[in-house]
Amino acid sequence: MKLSEIKELLQCEVLAGEDDLSVDILQVVASDGMSEILAFAKSRELMITGLTNIQSIRTADVAGVSAVIYCRGKRPDKKVIDFAKQKKIPVLVTSMVMFDICGILFNRGLKGVS
Amino acid sequence: MTAMELLRERYEIQGKNFDKAGEVAGEIKVVLRDLGIDAAHLRRLVIVAFEAEMNVVMYAQRGTMTLIVTDEDINLETTDEGPGIPDIELALQEGYSTASDEMREMGFGFGMGLPNMKKNSDEFRIESNTGKGTSVFSKIRLPAHE
Repeated sequence: MKLSEIKELLQCEVLAGEDDLSVDILQVVASDGMSEILAFAKSRELMITGLTNIQSIRTADVAGVSAVIYCRGKRPDKKVIDFAKQKKIPVLVTSMVMFDICGILFNRGLKGVS
Repeated sequence: MTAMELLRERYEIQGKNFDKAGEVAGEIKVVLRDLGIDAAHLRRLVIVAFEAEMNVVMYAQRGTMTLIVTDEDINLETTDEGPGIPDIELALQEGYSTASDEMREMGFGFGMGLPNMKKNSDEFRIESNTGKGTSVFSKIRLPAHE
C-alpha cells in the first residue's frame, strides 16, 4: 500500500517528506520501545510510535524504515522534524491511537514483522 | 595471514546527555558507508553501536567506543565508567531491565538492548566490574569471511 493511501486512511498530517509519499509499504512495526523496533524491523517497513523524541528518528534511520507515523496526535518538536528531513524519512502524525491504526492497516492487508 | 586494518576510530560518549544520544552511532554509520561496507552488515553494526551508546548514556558517566574495521571483520568495543552489571547472564535475558522511568520515556530500557546487540553480532562478550564499569565487545564478520 502506498504511503499516500495510508495518509488518507489514517487522516494524517504530513510533517516531513510531503513531496514524495509514493513509497510502497508492505509491513509495519509498531512500538514505543525503540529496541523493539530495532529488533524486528528488517528495513523498508512503516514505523508507528508514540515516542516523539530525537531517538525515534535515530531509530528509524538505524532500522532503515521507510516512514514514521506518530500516533495519539503527539507532535515532535522542530528539531526532530528537521532531523527527519535531513535523513529523508517521511514523518506523519495522526490523532488515532496505536491500536486503531494497527487494526485499520491490518484489515487492509498489511502485516507486522515477526 | 593476519587481517589488514582499514580503519580505527575512537569516539567519546557523554553519559546522561539524551539530546546527543545516538550521534556516535550516526557517525559510525556514515564512516562505514564511506568505507563501502554492504547494507546488511552495516545495519547490524549500527544497531549494536546505537544500543551500546544508549546504554552508556543511560547508565554511565562517560564512555568510549572504538571501531576497528579490517578486511575480515568489524570490531566495536564500548567501555564505560558506570555502575557495572552484577549478573551478566540475567542482563542478557530478553525483558530483564533495570531502567528507570526516565529511560523508558526515552523509548529505551525495555530489556531488549543487550539481546539485540548479541543477536546482531557474530562474536559478543561483556566484561563488567560492579561499581567501576562495563566493556562490551562485538565482532561482525564481513561476507568473504563468514
